[in-house]
Amino acid sequence: MKFAVAVFPGSNCDVDAYRALHDVLGQKVEYLWHRETDLSGFDGVILPGGFSYGDYLRPGAIARFSPLMTSVMRFARDGGIVIGVCNGFQLLTEAGLLPGAFLRNRDLMFVCDTVSVRVENTDTVFTHRCQAGQVLRLPIAHGDGNYTVDPATLAGMEQRGQVILRYCSPDGTVDEAHNPNGSVANIAGIINEQGNVAGMMPHPERAVENLLGGTDGLFILQSMVHELERRQHETCRC
Amino acid sequence: MKLAGAERAERVCLTGAEYARILELIGREPVDLELDLFGVMWSEHCSYKTSRPLLRLFPTTGPAVLQGPGENAGIVDIGDGLAVVMKVESHNHPSAVEPYQGAATGSGGIIRDIFTMGARPVAMLDSLRFGDLREVRQRSLFRGVVKGIGDYDNCMGIPTVAGEVAFDDSYAGNCLVNAMCVGIIRHGDIKRGVAAGAGNPVILVGATTGRDGMGGASFASVDLTAASQERKSAVQVGDPFLEKLLLEACLELFETDAVVGIQDLGAAGLTSASCETAARGGVGIDLDVALVPRREEGMVPAEVMISESQERMLVIARQGHEGEVRRIFDKWGLNAAVIGRVTDDGMLTIRNEGTIVGQVPAKALAEQAPPRYPEAVRPAWQDDLVSLDVTRLSQQDDWTETLMALLGTPTIASKEWVYHQYDSVVRTNTVIGPGSDAAVLRVDGTGHGIALTIDGPGRMCLLDPAMGAAMAVAEAARNLVCSGAKPLALTDCLNFGNPEKPEVFWQFSQAVKGMSDACQKLGIPVISGNVSFYNETSASAIVPTPVVGMVGVVEDLVHICRQGFCEPDSIVVLLGENTDELGGSEYVRLATGRTAGRVPLLDLERERKVQELCLTGICRGLIRSAHDVSDGGLAVTLAECCVSGQMGAHLSLPVGIRPDALLFGEAPSRIIVTVGAGDLAALMDTAVEMGVPLTVLGTTGGTLLDINVSDKSLVHVPIVDLAAVWHGSLSQVMNV
Repeated sequence: MKFAVAVFPGSNCDVDAYRALHDVLGQKVEYLWHRETDLSGFDGVILPGGFSYGDYLRPGAIARFSPLMTSVMRFARDGGIVIGVCNGFQLLTEAGLLPGAFLRNRDLMFVCDTVSVRVENTDTVFTHRCQAGQVLRLPIAHGDGNYTVDPATLAGMEQRGQVILRYCSPDGTVDEAHNPNGSVANIAGIINEQGNVAGMMPHPERAVENLLGGTDGLFILQSMVHELERRQHETCRC
Repeated sequence: MKLAGAERAERVCLTGAEYARILELIGREPVDLELDLFGVMWSEHCSYKTSRPLLRLFPTTGPAVLQGPGENAGIVDIGDGLAVVMKVESHNHPSAVEPYQGAATGSGGIIRDIFTMGARPVAMLDSLRFGDLREVRQRSLFRGVVKGIGDYDNCMGIPTVAGEVAFDDSYAGNCLVNAMCVGIIRHGDIKRGVAAGAGNPVILVGATTGRDGMGGASFASVDLTAASQERKSAVQVGDPFLEKLLLEACLELFETDAVVGIQDLGAAGLTSASCETAARGGVGIDLDVALVPRREEGMVPAEVMISESQERMLVIARQGHEGEVRRIFDKWGLNAAVIGRVTDDGMLTIRNEGTIVGQVPAKALAEQAPPRYPEAVRPAWQDDLVSLDVTRLSQQDDWTETLMALLGTPTIASKEWVYHQYDSVVRTNTVIGPGSDAAVLRVDGTGHGIALTIDGPGRMCLLDPAMGAAMAVAEAARNLVCSGAKPLALTDCLNFGNPEKPEVFWQFSQAVKGMSDACQKLGIPVISGNVSFYNETSASAIVPTPVVGMVGVVEDLVHICRQGFCEPDSIVVLLGENTDELGGSEYVRLATGRTAGRVPLLDLERERKVQELCLTGICRGLIRSAHDVSDGGLAVTLAECCVSGQMGAHLSLPVGIRPDALLFGEAPSRIIVTVGAGDLAALMDTAVEMGVPLTVLGTTGGTLLDINVSDKSLVHVPIVDLAAVWHGSLSQVMNV
């Protein structure tokens, strides 16, 4: 089982993702340069945070056209597991793999903080290790994290349980006071209709060690790892 | 009578005497291009001609020092075959004119100084100064500078882990923006800015060259006037994305054996990079400006030579490895143009399409600016400043309101409005981020950490530059110790007014002496630094502001401390001793509107012992939290411990000192720590052994901060109220 961490010019959380999966979770991980196209042999793809192509035009708007993303889109269509964190989430919306788009943060300032998010759906590849309604403490660091989507699409997403994480108070109350960037419906993380592609602004890969302030990110990363192990197990049995 | 050539000299901001020296050095009249090069290289900013003689006072060696001042950055050994590379640099003048780009390119420049040494940058710190935030212009400067730093550092993927900000009217016309970068490197991988090997190619890599930042170095070497503020073209424009690519490309290049030497293009651009690398190597460089990739049409050779376009580096490569260099920079989408060769004649030879257009000895440009020895005179106003009789300030029964007012002043209030705009955790090594006495980072692949801080008590320096500068060193070391680190080395940024004024030069010379003294007594060498003069407008000079960035080593990441009270029923202990000194404090400023009074005495031997006790207590696992007493004095320090830990304390202070001095005096060499009840005896025994006074103040717990003296309540306030003021004040004033 092997993960790919995409590296675009300007990616900078590629190292964080690699270390979380490799050093902490003991997984096989490889960096994939944006000009690569071969995803054979990989079971999961991480689109890391950072400033791909300097966020020129819009975050993710240029990375979306890189050779690697063409392969990632095919990989996702074929049911492969893809998670985009921060800039990776922005990129997934630009690529049309996830609905919605991003605006500048509500108060127009970059925000780096540790926030609470409530798990809204535990029946997903990315959250099945969480309890329903569990509150996770996860770091955020972004300037364009204000998620927006048209009301009709949002209604459909809500109905299908595509919203997986919402910003909330430490005790789990979802309100405007605990919305760090102005995202519609306090949305912090979503999945696609098929459930194999996730995007989230909080950084689970930065919350994997007590020394660095907490391990709540493991709930998400371990959910993915276990799901891939399950799939692999099933394939073997067939 | 004007000296011969005085007018030509004036055009490039040099004196007639300096012009005469140029004639001696090159044996003829310089052509315009050559004079331009001397103008920028002999500017104060590049040549340190005024400060260099005094800076020799600094102790710059020690068993751990691998590279002292004189290179792009200093390097100090941290064990395990690893070393820290660090430097702090000012970008004050550009930031005063164009805060966003000025601050952004300040970050860009100092980051290049670190990776040009071969190191991966792992942390940024900043020291900032502005005027009164009630003025709209100051808010706009502050907002622009913070955004400029954030946008650059965040995009680079380097965590901004610590910093400080203070406010004083003297900075209104001349804000200070000092940026510090820290990198980590294996001993064997260190690169230097040295050219060698005649025939080796000189390769300019990174961004293209344009007219931005023309003559920035000489711009930074004059007072800011209305005319100089019009010189917007003297401010560079930064592109952090390009720099990120440049960083990764350079680090990839260093894994090959293609590099002989490398230097970034900072102040004075291609001129300084070429003549400095040549001078260090005792060789010459012969380059052709026509080969420099440009972004603008019609640039003359002088413009190409002194442009300060950002995100460029000069690589001196091994002959035959040109293709390898080009291949790596191609991968990252960057230019790599061979623009010349190393020669053995010691000359910087500049050609344009093959024709020589200027030729001067590299050493003359880089190293032979005549030193200046300005007059130093103790200012007449100094007596008036220190003469304030603090015993005549009015006394009160309840000091809660005063404490709240101090907690809400921008200099003391929490700086989260600033640091929430910086990514402080990228690269996942930040163990303690902004908001404590020092940042602590894990060092990959070891059980160790490094601690980082940056400090500069400007108020104290105004009243006594020598003592104030010594306090900067002492406080930086104390901050590191409070986090559990042993101080190792420092980098300094000395921000002063116009040194041609005897009063300013007196301040400068006093400060250098005070700092040297503290460095010697505390055993902390200076490994790199920067001097920024001419920080003044027609209205006034800034208060003298030496800023100290310091690194320390954390032996075991299990034994580190934060400032907040972390467990109820812990014993609150003061290491060191309270005094009745109140001079220079924030409290005096609040009460009188002035920075005045006699600076508290700094006894460096006492300081050393207090720090030793604190570090020993932390390393033995006795001390659970530690916070040094600084701005706002004991009461503010205790309030910060409560607010940071979201925990109250009930405290009883010793009698015998006037309440205002006791609560708000800023005497140095004091640390508030907490210990478990069972560990108190061990800490007291150690204190006795080391000869450090120690006082038990009370216990942690509850939701109130209660400070009493012999059953009389001085402060009685809910932690939530303290927290609201401390956390909220800065964002409140910025969101007007």
